[in-house]
Amino acid sequence: MKARAFDYRRVASVAEALDAYAACEGEARFLAGGQSLLPALNLRLDAPDLLIDIGRIEALRGITLEGDQLRIGALTRHAETLASELIAAHAPLLTQAAAYMAHPAIRNLGTMGGSLALSDPASELPACMRALGAELEITGRDGTRRVAADDFFLDLFENVIEPGAMLTAVRVPLPAPGTRMRFEEIARRRGDYALVGLAAQLVVTGATVESARLAFCSVGPTPMRAPKAEAALVGRPLDAAAIADATAALADDLAPDEDEGFSAAARMQLARVLLGRVLSALMTREHGEMAA
Amino acid sequence: MIEPQPIAVTVNGARVRRFVEPRVSLADFLRRDLGLTGTHLGCEVGACGACIVNLDGRPVHACLMLAVQADGMRVDTVEGLSDSGELAALQAAFHARNALQCGFCTPGILVVAQDFLRACRAAGRMPSRASIRDALSGNYCRCTGYEAIVDAIESVARSQAEAALGEDAA
Repeated sequence: MKARAFDYRRVASVAEALDAYAACEGEARFLAGGQSLLPALNLRLDAPDLLIDIGRIEALRGITLEGDQLRIGALTRHAETLASELIAAHAPLLTQAAAYMAHPAIRNLGTMGGSLALSDPASELPACMRALGAELEITGRDGTRRVAADDFFLDLFENVIEPGAMLTAVRVPLPAPGTRMRFEEIARRRGDYALVGLAAQLVVTGATVESARLAFCSVGPTPMRAPKAEAALVGRPLDAAAIADATAALADDLAPDEDEGFSAAARMQLARVLLGRVLSALMTREHGEMAA
Repeated sequence: MIEPQPIAVTVNGARVRRFVEPRVSLADFLRRDLGLTGTHLGCEVGACGACIVNLDGRPVHACLMLAVQADGMRVDTVEGLSDSGELAALQAAFHARNALQCGFCTPGILVVAQDFLRACRAAGRMPSRASIRDALSGNYCRCTGYEAIVDAIESVARSQAEAALGEDAA
């Protein structure tokens, strides 16, 4: 199908984009990579009056170290996330996840900020942000604020960005020594939406798990943390017994919905299998262990 | 009032200036305004891959980009890549292996395969069949079952990888 008619304006700065949104008398949308927005327009699931193209705003680009954080500009393409040496060095979870994200041609246009602002619970990046304990930078006409990823996602495709504001960057804390990260997902076909995905970040000191952050995709209305499973891991060695306890605890964390052609029980089973698989991989240091 | 906007795009090496309505996708612009019907439109939601073209040298879905967004950029379609000879080895391999039947998906697959082979060449690697399938995960073919397509791409990959070995030896 073809999109309904809309007007289009390309802007050169965040301020210009925010002003254009405020001045629009009808419905406006920010257009970044367009890899989810344009399908929605073509399917006529959405029919705005104005697209504000933010795709060439230089200030939204770039991956930089700032103090104890890695700052990733909202316009970072998934292909750039996959190839970035800075991301591979400090947030390899994102490098691993990017390999699962859609198909190569989509990754050439789709952006970090666009995926997070859409807040599709089946996408990889929202879960990664929660696992990494990242902050999201939101800029509106009254300034920029930072929101913890755990507080950002509200519901299916809903988050705390006010209408007319935009996500301008994410800030990932640099990992502590002993941090291990892993992303895996189970999909019917490479590049398809995950039936279940898991972003995991553990800090292991000596033999003991100091902290655990587990965030699942595709098992709820938002990327879902698994606090009971996390608690089952902390303060003890990462061994078969701990992994068994964590996967058992997962039933108290997740309650996936029944889906067309896929039962809640089957999805829950896949989540347990995936958790066991990811934690087993994290038992050995070569998987994402950060240098001390 | 929504009015057509001016764009200047380099398409297959030629500078093109047109007025286009904002709602027109790059794929429709190529097909209707420029008559470049080698870019095929299947799903219009980025699932089938038949419309993939190179934008500034990297594959993108022409159905998931507006013509106005491409202003100032370089677009290379299957016609341009074919005329320049860049696709010649792949085309010969597809022919030799019967890697198409109806041919609807072929333009997108050729563009994706060429980019994949370029990346393999740059990294000096000979891809596995699994990684070829991975690269093609965004391209639907409903005729061939992919086997012959993977054969064709693998044969070109082997030729270029062995040629690179030969150069090193020389």
